[in-house]
Amino acid sequence: MKADPKGVLTGVHFMDGDHAACEGALAAGCRFVAGYPITPSTEIVERFAARIPKVGGVFIQMEDELAASIAIQGGVWGGQKVMSVTSGPGLSLMMEHLGYAAMTETPSVWVDVQRGGPSTGLPTLPAQADMMQIKWGSHGDYEIIALSPNSPQECFDLMIKAFNLSEEYRCPVFLMMDEVVGHMTERVNIPSADQIDVTERKWTKKKPGEYKAFATTPEDLVPEMVKAGDGYRIHVTGLTHDERGYPAMDVPNQAKLIPRLLNKIRNNVHKLVDVRMDGCEDADVIVMSFGITSRVATAAIDAARAKGLKVGHLRLIICWPFPVALIQQLARTAKAFVVPELNMGQMVLEVRKALADVDRKVKVISVPHPGGTVHDPETILEQILEAAR
Amino acid sequence: MAKTEIRVGGLGGQGVILNASIIGKAASIYEGKHATLIQAFGPEARGSACSAQVTISTEDIAYPYVKHPDVLVLMSQDAYNQFAPSLKPGGLVLFEEELVTLDGRLPEGARAIGIPATRFAEELGRRLVLNIVMVGFFAGVTGLLSFESVQKAVKDSVPKGTEDLNMRALEKGFEYGREAAATK
Repeated sequence: MKADPKGVLTGVHFMDGDHAACEGALAAGCRFVAGYPITPSTEIVERFAARIPKVGGVFIQMEDELAASIAIQGGVWGGQKVMSVTSGPGLSLMMEHLGYAAMTETPSVWVDVQRGGPSTGLPTLPAQADMMQIKWGSHGDYEIIALSPNSPQECFDLMIKAFNLSEEYRCPVFLMMDEVVGHMTERVNIPSADQIDVTERKWTKKKPGEYKAFATTPEDLVPEMVKAGDGYRIHVTGLTHDERGYPAMDVPNQAKLIPRLLNKIRNNVHKLVDVRMDGCEDADVIVMSFGITSRVATAAIDAARAKGLKVGHLRLIICWPFPVALIQQLARTAKAFVVPELNMGQMVLEVRKALADVDRKVKVISVPHPGGTVHDPETILEQILEAAR
Repeated sequence: MAKTEIRVGGLGGQGVILNASIIGKAASIYEGKHATLIQAFGPEARGSACSAQVTISTEDIAYPYVKHPDVLVLMSQDAYNQFAPSLKPGGLVLFEEELVTLDGRLPEGARAIGIPATRFAEELGRRLVLNIVMVGFFAGVTGLLSFESVQKAVKDSVPKGTEDLNMRALEKGFEYGREAAATK
């Protein structure tokens, strides 16, 4: 279906990433946000709070991120599309309820405008150091999807995609921004509502009595949904549950539920690959990057190419699930991977893991950065030259 | 590729960020160029140092930070002291001449043109529009943006009801800039 025109601010804007992310959420149909404003993500909820009365919806400023991240899930079961927005320590507080969203298959968008950490760290300065936390930070086995924009335009575009994926897979979807992308201002084109595709919730057509809240088929591992007030009797719990959603805390139910939660994502990894590749076909060295670092890497890659080196650029748009098969395919011809990121070496571990199954010897060079600013393009260039040696 | 890197510096409350934002908006929305704006984002308050980095280019801008600007737009002595040494050789300094005193730290070959922007703003009725005078001055001296583009960008950036005052501020800065560029 197409976007509701009420939420779409059609036009050409000069707007920062935080504001563009908010507009993306409104265009995607988000009508409920519970948040606890925190730098550098504050402008997203600030704008949402200002815009939502005119669009029709609710913003609540909660007492903390624990409350925010569970209030949004109440909103979903009430029928709304929702997001919560945070950074740094706020994300740590949300980890408990991230697991709840995964376990209860509550479609929800989680925005993390990454700043330097750990703890309160660098509130006003960038990092990309939460990439592993979102994947592993809640206890138990679960899967999420994560997207990484590198411009205000992509904050808008990928926010819509994040909402659509959360409905399609009924899982938490992260928009992994960073302080630079959040606070950088650029042109943002917002199309008309009839040009924006939004994914409707997977509402059931079954009647009350026939409907089981968590029943799936072998072909489709994503259950159908209802909302409170529709006349269905449902039960939603973070405990291990049966197809009706009632607690069933035994080995057979755990053995049925957990693999399904993982496989509804894992079986679709090939569909979820979203990357930009530039010159990777015949490259000796491939630079893998995401978010703001992909723009810095472009400057380094241009400089390396000017020296005559064959350098490819692989930019991750969807970081989780990680495109393992693609890395393995590129490793058939490339000699080395160079992985700059604004952390001390996180996504590079996934490259190393993917290459463990590859027979050829392929060099992997991590270009870490503790955060606070972006890499100097020279630093990445040096490592590209090293990799090409 | 035609690329111009700009650093705008001044004090919190002078409208430094809005000044930079209008320059970027005029370029990216009304002249069809690419523009990025990065603001120095710290625990700043009114009266403390404040700066912004704008890049304008005919092509995609990968690296949005400005290390060695082609143009400095300066509205405080502190900003001058901090950013003057980073100017590209042969670069241009546009400064509020009653708030900034030039000295030997400007790189060789730099071209510096001043304007009493705060005084002009006060004469127009409100000291607040100093940043808009500086936008006009920037456009007038550099010729990088047409008057029509900055005019549109100012109109949709300032509060309703203040358009006339801001237009007069913009014109004042623009005319002064055009004359100064021709004579200095």
